[in-house]
Amino acid sequence: MQTPVANILIVDDEFSVRDSLASWFRQDGFHVETAESAQEALRKMQEGTFAVALLDIKMPGMDGLELQERIRAIDQTVAVIMITAFATVETAVQALKQGAFDYVTKPVDPDELSHLVGRALEKRRLETENARMRDTIDEISGSDAIIGDSPQMQKVMELVRTVAQTDATVMVLGESGTGKELIARAIHAYSPRRYMPIVPINCGALPESLLESELFGHEKGAFTGAQYRRKGKLEMAHGGTLFLDEIGTISLKTQVDLLRAIETKEFTRLGASRAVKVDFRVICATNEDLGDMVARGAFRQDLFYRLNVFSMVLPPLRERRTDIPLLARHFLKRFAMQMDKRVTDISPEAMAQLIAHDWPGNVRELANAIERAMVVGKPPAIRPDDLPFVSPRPQIASPSGGQSLADMEKAHIAQVLDRVNWNISHAAEMLDIDRTTLYARIRKFDLQRRGEGN
Amino acid sequence: MATLHLVPIHLSQALLQPLCARLERSLRIEVLVRRPGFDPEDTFDASRGQYNSRKLLAKLLDEPVGGGRVMGVAGVDLFVPVLTYVFGEAQLDGRAAVVSSYRLDNAIYGLPLDPKLLHERLVKEAVHEMGHTYGLVHCHTHKCVMRSSTYVEEIDLKDEGFCPDCRQWVDGRSG
Repeated sequence: MQTPVANILIVDDEFSVRDSLASWFRQDGFHVETAESAQEALRKMQEGTFAVALLDIKMPGMDGLELQERIRAIDQTVAVIMITAFATVETAVQALKQGAFDYVTKPVDPDELSHLVGRALEKRRLETENARMRDTIDEISGSDAIIGDSPQMQKVMELVRTVAQTDATVMVLGESGTGKELIARAIHAYSPRRYMPIVPINCGALPESLLESELFGHEKGAFTGAQYRRKGKLEMAHGGTLFLDEIGTISLKTQVDLLRAIETKEFTRLGASRAVKVDFRVICATNEDLGDMVARGAFRQDLFYRLNVFSMVLPPLRERRTDIPLLARHFLKRFAMQMDKRVTDISPEAMAQLIAHDWPGNVRELANAIERAMVVGKPPAIRPDDLPFVSPRPQIASPSGGQSLADMEKAHIAQVLDRVNWNISHAAEMLDIDRTTLYARIRKFDLQRRGEGN
Repeated sequence: MATLHLVPIHLSQALLQPLCARLERSLRIEVLVRRPGFDPEDTFDASRGQYNSRKLLAKLLDEPVGGGRVMGVAGVDLFVPVLTYVFGEAQLDGRAAVVSSYRLDNAIYGLPLDPKLLHERLVKEAVHEMGHTYGLVHCHTHKCVMRSSTYVEEIDLKDEGFCPDCRQWVDGRSG
């Protein structure tokens, strides 16, 4: 059984038309309101919400065309369908120009009317869904991501907002861990391309042959193992932004292909004969000195100039120490939520240590330090001893001297157990595993309480 | 037991008799046939060459059938003023319905005659319109007789009976 899905407003000065249409749509499960004049229709529009309005184009007083304008002034989302006794090109064109969804001529074929209303409802549903998604994107892209009150970060954000409005290629420079990808995402989020994707690719993480295939895509059979045709990142970024991380690591051959693709906005998939046209904006990032690489011949000068249209340098964390408390509290909140732990504060001593530290790994290192402190620390606050640079992890050198993952896991579990005096529940909580798993690990690694066994 | 009064309007006897038996089975209702107490020609629209189903419904409601339901079964083409044609029409949650065999017949589409198919279609449309009188709206269940059909082949895709939900609804209203 169908429940009423939408409200329909029928406006016609002829009773028989209103009556028969209303009856027809009610049997289809719609909630129907009728009006014999434009005035009555406008009153009903004020009182309720309608998905579709069927308007007679010729009515005494205000005609359907004028009524359509007034209806849309009240609710832009209503799909208006005009009903005409005699279709004239002029009135039909005028109705459509003014935003009508479509028009039909009396008498209407039932099949045509049914499909027309179905399509109008589907269009309205998609528009509503689209608007909701835009709101969600705006909400997400407008949220935190980049944190910092320091004058240096304020300047960076000002540059982000300025350059976002242009289509210029941006090079984001900065030490490792300073948040270059976050800045690239912020530029994209503030740009007119924000409703299209941002496609990141870490050039340093892939060998040359794989990088080419990732960037440009390939046809089926282009190389051994290419069983299917695959779209590359350039194609996936169509309409949006391509973010090339660690741009300094790409080979000279890929540099040539990339330069051509960026300049012509055209490229060919590996193994294909026809070029593909794309529209994307490029943002790249590196922690290397590209100028020096150009001088050494390791990076093409033409590509360097093409990429270095607008560059911005992200300050290392040690140069914006005033942001450290803000960032530390942000990560504390995030990890407390993720780990469901009641560590809600950072002691003043621990905060002083955090501010004093030099953070060679920048914001990423700070995030890791807070995460580690949350694991080993006890509620309610992180203390200096919980910080890795104050109390370096002894398990880095495992008791057995081994460096395998298993050695490290064994050492870490042993250390946590010692720390909580072999309270299994507490240790399992800290390790974020259940007690059964912890017992299994204890048996597997043959762990024993100090003073017991050997 | 509730009663349905069938009123033939220019309908052949060959179609009427088997329809009664099938409707009794499908609707679990007593079906009686009565001659129309009105002149169907009053509902004829000469400019369209069709019979106005709105007017037919009004005439059927005036038939003295007590508290029972009444359904006109027409062998002629029906229309409502704004639509080119209708297979039938009913008062939603009311007493009266009308159904036409005219566009259910292969002959008007230039196809070979198929009396059995015509009969099947008429039963389905009659049950469908009766469903509306019980307050049912169109159903999305693929095979349910209450599924909307705006062209004749769609009628062939559905069953003669209600889906379990619609059946439950009808039984609830009949009881």
